[in-house]
Amino acid sequence: MTRKKRRLYFVILGLLAVGTAAALVLSALRQDIVFFFSPTEILEAKVQTEGRRIRLGGLVEQGSVVKEGAKVRFKVTDGAHALPVEFEGLLPDLFREGQGVVTEGRMGAGVFLASEVLAKHDENYMPKEVADSLKKSGHWQGEEKK
Amino acid sequence: MHRFANPARFLRIAAIVQPWAMAVAVLSFAAGLWFSLLASPADYQQGETVRIMYIHVPSAWMGMFCYTAMAVFSAMGLIWKHPLADLMARATAPVGAAFTLICLVTGSLWGKPMWGTWWVWDARLTSMLILFFLYLGYMALADAFDDPERGQKAANILALVGVVNVPVIKWSVDWWNTLHQPASVVKMGGPAIDASMMVPLILMALAFKAYWVVVLILRTRAEIAAAKLRTLRMAQVHAAGQTEVELHG
Amino acid sequence: MADLTAFFAMGGHGGYVWPAYGLAVLVLVVLLVASIRAVRKQERDLETIQSLRPARRRRTSVNQGEQA
Repeated sequence: MTRKKRRLYFVILGLLAVGTAAALVLSALRQDIVFFFSPTEILEAKVQTEGRRIRLGGLVEQGSVVKEGAKVRFKVTDGAHALPVEFEGLLPDLFREGQGVVTEGRMGAGVFLASEVLAKHDENYMPKEVADSLKKSGHWQGEEKK
Repeated sequence: MHRFANPARFLRIAAIVQPWAMAVAVLSFAAGLWFSLLASPADYQQGETVRIMYIHVPSAWMGMFCYTAMAVFSAMGLIWKHPLADLMARATAPVGAAFTLICLVTGSLWGKPMWGTWWVWDARLTSMLILFFLYLGYMALADAFDDPERGQKAANILALVGVVNVPVIKWSVDWWNTLHQPASVVKMGGPAIDASMMVPLILMALAFKAYWVVVLILRTRAEIAAAKLRTLRMAQVHAAGQTEVELHG
Repeated sequence: MADLTAFFAMGGHGGYVWPAYGLAVLVLVVLLVASIRAVRKQERDLETIQSLRPARRRRTSVNQGEQA
């Protein structure tokens, strides 16, 4: 019985130690595990952007998408700030105004030069009719989040 | 604790549970397939690719559930030296690995058309991949040693250490910016999935859970038989030095 | 017929949806079959050994009971 108890305490202690270690590592890595930065973080120079590939994420601003041949310009916004983006290439299916997007590239002179654009979708799933009726009745709450 | 009493009881209960679990698995899988492929609507944004969700999301749940179950069995094996718990942990590992693999591949097949990429190293996807490797590591360790007990002990410890990854997977989408979207079903303020899409999701989740019960019983039975075989062979070798040749022949 | 074609096309994403379902079914079936075969093999082996030496089997199981 005492040996069993000792093993039980040993396992609990081990789990606590591993859990604490993991929590410390994860909080230390918090910045590095971040997959993308918001326009605000980049514009307020909270992240080192020079000479470094970074990812910029946010919503594609309504009415900001302009296509010039193969080139696309749009703005990525997080509600507080919007950052102009330039991209040349194939856009994913879900790329739409008002939808989430993550772009990877470099910061140019006031413009983010993206070499890759990924669409980020939200957590809402519904048939088209439901989405339409939600929009009509004014209960729509997707897309503006974040 | 009687060494064979619990496996015997397990076998008795298993014989009763197994046909029911099998019936639930087959029926809910058939109904789940019907609803997920035919009798559910396309998504307003993602169109027909939303049907991948009915495989992907329940598989992800099962990947995390099986790992948690495996860790609990491992803890019971370590603390109380419960032989049946060790065997059940071993029996769960391949099921969890299979569901995690399904989750990873279907997620990739979903990410390509919707996000525009097969894979990214964001926190959710990376932690799920780590889960898959934890399963592989557990299975390798459990079979790596000549002395099965030592291998089992090492594997049990790995299972327990790796359990910290489970909450990391669950909340990775809330703790960090990820490409993966936040949780839809288990969240504050109720699920963000339309009822017509919840039906196939729940059916598939039920089918997968029942599948786990079926395979857990089958594999635990195989492990019990294998363990008995080992002890019998060893006992006979001890009892009459030369009988080994006869037994293996 | 047109219905069936549309069903398999999955709105142009059939190339992603069908492999996802196919893989899931394949993996689950393979694991199930492997598990059934493992049970059959181990339980058959156990029976063979037990029937080989019925007297000894009784003695060993008693011994094991005492050990634990």
